Amino acid sequence: MAYLKLDHIDKTFTRGNATTEVLKDINLSIEKGEYVSIIGHSGCGKSTLLNIIAGLTRATMGGVILENREVNSPGPDRAVVFQNHSLLPWLTVYENVRLGVDKVFSSTKSRAERDAWTMHNLNLVQMAHARDKRPSEISGGMKQRVGIARALAMEPKVLLLDEPFGALDALTRAHLQDSVMALHQKLNNTILMITHDVDEAVLLSDRIVMMTNGPSARIGEVLEVPLARPRKRLDLASNAAYLQCRQRVLEFLYERHRFVEAA
Amino acid sequence: MNMTARKIEMDTVLPVSPAAPVVALTPKQAPRAEKYLKMAKETAARVVPPLVVLALLVLVWELVCRRAGSTLPPPSRVFKDTRELILDPFFDNGGIDKGLFWHLSASLQRVAFGYSLAAVGGVALGVLVGQSVWAMRGLDPLFQVLRTIPPLAWLPLSLAAFRDGQPSAIFVIFITSIWPIIINTAVGIRNIPQDYRNVAAVLQLNPLEFFAKIMIPAAAPYIFTGLRIGIGLSWLAIVAAEMLIGGVGIGFFIWDAWNSSHISEIILALFYVGIVGFVLDRLIAAAGKFVTRGTAQN
Repeated sequence: MAYLKLDHIDKTFTRGNATTEVLKDINLSIEKGEYVSIIGHSGCGKSTLLNIIAGLTRATMGGVILENREVNSPGPDRAVVFQNHSLLPWLTVYENVRLGVDKVFSSTKSRAERDAWTMHNLNLVQMAHARDKRPSEISGGMKQRVGIARALAMEPKVLLLDEPFGALDALTRAHLQDSVMALHQKLNNTILMITHDVDEAVLLSDRIVMMTNGPSARIGEVLEVPLARPRKRLDLASNAAYLQCRQRVLEFLYERHRFVEAA
Repeated sequence: MNMTARKIEMDTVLPVSPAAPVVALTPKQAPRAEKYLKMAKETAARVVPPLVVLALLVLVWELVCRRAGSTLPPPSRVFKDTRELILDPFFDNGGIDKGLFWHLSASLQRVAFGYSLAAVGGVALGVLVGQSVWAMRGLDPLFQVLRTIPPLAWLPLSLAAFRDGQPSAIFVIFITSIWPIIINTAVGIRNIPQDYRNVAAVLQLNPLEFFAKIMIPAAAPYIFTGLRIGIGLSWLAIVAAEMLIGGVGIGFFIWDAWNSSHISEIILALFYVGIVGFVLDRLIAAAGKFVTRGTAQN
């Protein structure tokens, strides 16, 4: 039995008389410890799918099953790292992470343990030095690190990343991708990531789920990435398997399912 | 002025004792003097222009009103007439024959009471209207109509209801200052970014935690805009309301001075009313700045 299962998910949005079918018949099984990326052109409903898994949006049909239990409301077992970090600007870095820790471990950890756990997670993303800074005082990459620490600190069963590196410059992005890879290696979490960056998907994932264009987006193809871990960015640049995977994804996105401007 | 004097003194002392240590010390002290001089200059740049304008206005006023038969007293006359009131604001001869401090403090107490009620009620209603679409649909049209009613129009009604001046005045303050607080709070709540709501949902914050940890801090800049408009309006309303209800209070002081033809006292009272209103506004603004120091620069 799969750890996380998306079971025949359909999603339609209705506004007045107009009904738009965004997602159609999405089936996907993810094993524990797996890193799965969902890639597709913008507007294909990737983020809607992630929101359904997170419980922030309800599926019209079908459902999400996590560890044999259906989930349809948001919760800390499916922590989300949002694209725009979504840190609360009036709290310090420490307080942002601590807010989640206090909520999730209110009955299981003592005050001192929660403090230690918060600092432990800030250390994991190398942000302990900025614990008393406010989000407005740190860089975009740092904010995203804190966002990751906040999500990790909730000890989620599945970590949902919604284009986590989308708003970052290329160098920061590469650096943060390496960090996420190292964390995945170390903690072996189950991760589902939304992305529109082919290299990122191939570099980080065990499997890449490619979505067709909307409306009524489906899963077009699922690609296994047969690369051993730990992966090194530089070594992969000339790796045949890496290039092949990259080629497959590019062909899917740019030949068979070219992005057509919505008429 | 002190500084320049000290500097001159230093310069004159220097040649008298040309020992090496003194020469070594001067570069250390010179920048500090320069810093003070710069600060003094900056302060002067801010303080001098309004003082000059004020002086000019007083001069014009003096020239216009000094002529015989002028209806209003010139500033010199105002000062002469109200010297005792200015110098001793704390006297209390019983009844309404009190120093200006007591009148102002009575007015401020009414404002503090009415405004506190308005702040609490306004934020609560604003949260309700901002959070619930049905509450907004039901209440917003009512608010939009009620908020246009002038403060004093409420006074007869509240006198009829409370049958006493004190609660009526407080009610007028309340009803005047609550609208901007409600409306701004509601806008602030409605503008809470979906991201913060998503964060709260993932963390499974309960409504109370959501209110305290997300809603209030996120809407704080808007709430304080409302509070600031509210305090201004309540200070406007109290003077008018007190003229009608009588008793101790700066509004009635002005009315009483008019009835006894003490025009100078009216002018002095207006001056105090303006200063107090300005201070109240700045107090709320400072409180807002302190509370929203993280939120404003999102």
